[in-house]
Amino acid sequence: MSRQPYVREVPRVTWWLKQPRYIRYMMREISAALIGTYILIVIVGLVRLSQGQAAYEAFLGAVWSQLGVTFSIIALLFALYHSYTWFQVTPMAMPLRLAGKRVPGAVIVAAHWLGFAVASTGLLALARG
Amino acid sequence: MPVSNKPIVWGLFAGGGTLAAFIVPALILLTSLAVPLGFLPADSLSYDRVLGFLQNPLAKICVFGIIFLVIWHAAHRMRITANDLGFRADKIAMLLFYGLAALGSILAAAALLRLDGSA
Repeated sequence: MSRQPYVREVPRVTWWLKQPRYIRYMMREISAALIGTYILIVIVGLVRLSQGQAAYEAFLGAVWSQLGVTFSIIALLFALYHSYTWFQVTPMAMPLRLAGKRVPGAVIVAAHWLGFAVASTGLLALARG
Repeated sequence: MPVSNKPIVWGLFAGGGTLAAFIVPALILLTSLAVPLGFLPADSLSYDRVLGFLQNPLAKICVFGIIFLVIWHAAHRMRITANDLGFRADKIAMLLFYGLAALGSILAAAALLRLDGSA
């Protein structure tokens, strides 16, 4: 054993700033914080809805305020990044064979984006009624 | 063969991530941006309309399922990320994030159940 073992210094908090791929990893992880916060806001909305019309409308006023809209735009961008990274790994997570042939990864990813488009359009159409 | 609950837990985690990937962007757009940015009419999310929608038991189940899966997925990821960011007290991170997810799930269920008739 060496007398002075080499210890590589790794900054405990800021290590991920060292490489673009670590930064992308951290952005992906931060998407969970924004999505989680958004879901908590939705839960507050349900609680306010159960408290009556005035409470619900005050809640909507806060969500649709300038601060609320700013948060939502950032959350939307991170949520889209989560979708992108999630779909991007699907060929690795579930490789698919059809008639003995491997389905190309790009096809699997594209199929997920198609599903995304259908689900998103469906949800917005439901709201439009 | 040893029995493990891991497949179920990982299944729920993956389910939350998949659900989030497919619908959370549209949900954010719908609930928080469509009306202020003018894509949808202002009364799309009116009290009567949203209340009417959520009095349907199937809608309640869907909304609760989305909230439950996505919030537990996010809580687990944040617990791991807290560690990545140098916060090594995993028990505290678990308590904080899983606690928030549990509290949120209970509040959501209670609020959804209260929406029928007289509260």
